[in-house]
Amino acid sequence: MWPLWEVFIRSKQGLDHKHVGSLHAADAQMAIEAARDVYTRRMEGVSIWVVESKYIHASNPDDSAAFFDPANDKVYRHPTFYQVPDEIEHM
Amino acid sequence: MEVNPELLFQGKIDAEVKIEPRDWMPPAYRKTLIRQISQHAHSEIVGMLPEGNWITRAPSLRRKAALLAKVQDEAGHGLYLYAACETLGVDRETLLNELHSGKAKYSSIFNYPTLTWADMGAIGWLVDGAAIMNQVPLCRASYGPYARAMVRVCKEESFHQRQGYEIMMTLTKGTEAQKRMAQDALDRWWWPSLMMFGPSDTDSPNSAQSMKWKIKRFSNDELRQRFVDYTVPQAEFIGLRVPDADLRWNEERQHYDFGAIDWEEFQQVLSGNGPCNRERLQARVDAHEQGAWVREAATAYAQKHQRQTV
Amino acid sequence: MNPLLDYTLRLADNSLILGHRLSEWCGHGPILEQDIAMTNLALDLIGQSRSLYQYAAEIEGQGRSEDDLAYLRDGWDFRNVQLTELPNGDFGRTVMRQFLYDAYEQPFLEALSQSRDERLAAIAAKSLKEATYHLRWSSEWVIRLGDGTEESHRRVQTALNELWPYCGELTRPNATDITLLTEGIAPDLDIVAAAWQKKITEVLEEATLRQPETRPARKGGKDGVHTEHLGYILAEMQFLQRTYPGAQW
Repeated sequence: MWPLWEVFIRSKQGLDHKHVGSLHAADAQMAIEAARDVYTRRMEGVSIWVVESKYIHASNPDDSAAFFDPANDKVYRHPTFYQVPDEIEHM
Repeated sequence: MEVNPELLFQGKIDAEVKIEPRDWMPPAYRKTLIRQISQHAHSEIVGMLPEGNWITRAPSLRRKAALLAKVQDEAGHGLYLYAACETLGVDRETLLNELHSGKAKYSSIFNYPTLTWADMGAIGWLVDGAAIMNQVPLCRASYGPYARAMVRVCKEESFHQRQGYEIMMTLTKGTEAQKRMAQDALDRWWWPSLMMFGPSDTDSPNSAQSMKWKIKRFSNDELRQRFVDYTVPQAEFIGLRVPDADLRWNEERQHYDFGAIDWEEFQQVLSGNGPCNRERLQARVDAHEQGAWVREAATAYAQKHQRQTV
Repeated sequence: MNPLLDYTLRLADNSLILGHRLSEWCGHGPILEQDIAMTNLALDLIGQSRSLYQYAAEIEGQGRSEDDLAYLRDGWDFRNVQLTELPNGDFGRTVMRQFLYDAYEQPFLEALSQSRDERLAAIAAKSLKEATYHLRWSSEWVIRLGDGTEESHRRVQTALNELWPYCGELTRPNATDITLLTEGIAPDLDIVAAAWQKKITEVLEEATLRQPETRPARKGGKDGVHTEHLGYILAEMQFLQRTYPGAQW
């Protein structure tokens, strides 16, 4: 069987490529065309990325507490953390 | 303190948190998903055959294009579902081998023959109608890749049922022969469609566990009842008679009562003795085997040229 | 027959018959991804045929519909080139037939999009985008199979040898081509032929395939003379319309 590829599609100009699924293809060229044939049959895309699945490196869900919870208390990264008088506009 | 992973897992399910591929999951959950998703994938691609039968005989260019697009969608749905299954650690080749060896099951409905053009109408209307009823709740299944595949499937599926009903409606407005064709198709597809929801809840051993895991949201009988309630008025609207002498509206229940399903027939078809089991499976095996040299050639070409560019 | 009608019907018949052949693959492809790809080609071609039949029906002005033209004409009324009606054979043969056709269709439509006939020019411009993709798909497959394994090489070389005699007709003008060329409606097939040969040479070389040396002699499709295969296609395709005359579907 041909290798598995992950498919990412930009649905319209200005948006990020988003993971939409995967497929099998013998080479990158074939994978892009198959992605076009499989995942954009209803005008879902304007640009396609493919990457062979084996090259995706993922974080481990067991680490998710260490990885993602520390961001929980960093409220100072969000605009609502800061006081601005009501009279001030456009900020 | 050591937390029981099973409890943690069930806690996530109960809180409607989706399970993703690399998350811990009970082996039985994984096994159930692989079985269910692969059966569903197999059903999609075997399901291409009874309708594919009529692509070259479709009676107008508009119908030909619509049918071709619909059968193509089924290939796409099979593909999305095989891909969802691969996230659980089983590759497509293994799944196909299980189908081809007869080990894996697929929906029995596709072992019935398509004898007239009206069968394209009946399949779209009833078989896809039943499938949608099953599939819409699966868009909320607890396993992320499965739920996402189903969202895509349901979005694309929406034209299939309409396409089928339109074919039926056109036939019932047509000549005497066309009306007969439509009624004959309903007569042949009605009961197999009801069987698509699976055995009655009392005889469905895996159902309770699947509901607890939120792979399944409604019982087989609930969905079957909903299908009957929706479909009977649609049949009446186009002047077709549902082939069930016991069918009547129950004012008290606010549902249709309907006759007993012949589960013996269901078991027979499931165990390989339906009208087309052998042909359907053989067609899939042939396509795969006759495609082997093509797949090998593309692999050989890719390897040769990868070496050259390095 | 009115040359413009004859010509438009030919273009429609080419698309329909080749699309019909490709649609036979649906559900039987070598792998799901390519099953879907081939159906896309079939859908493009059937879509093109519908626009062309609709235009042909208007030119004819007898109140016939696209379906009357597709479903109620006999083989000798069909104007498609014989290449399009040849059986699929294995995947390699289908790919080769597609490539030989696409290598013609792409430059042909490019030229036709400049036609003085505005409707044909518009249909050609729209179809050209599809044909460009088809040519890309079929060229790449010819190259992969030609330069793949020994078996695949042998299979596509055999397909090429057997299909080759039917290629001449693509770019050999008949009376209709000549009439419409002088009116600025039909493209100059000599120019299309040069583009075709250039593409064939380039792709066959990359595919390590050998171009047959015989002159492609088969012809007749454009004038309604077909192979035995067309009759069977029509028997199957037209059966419902013929069995239930006048019914709406």
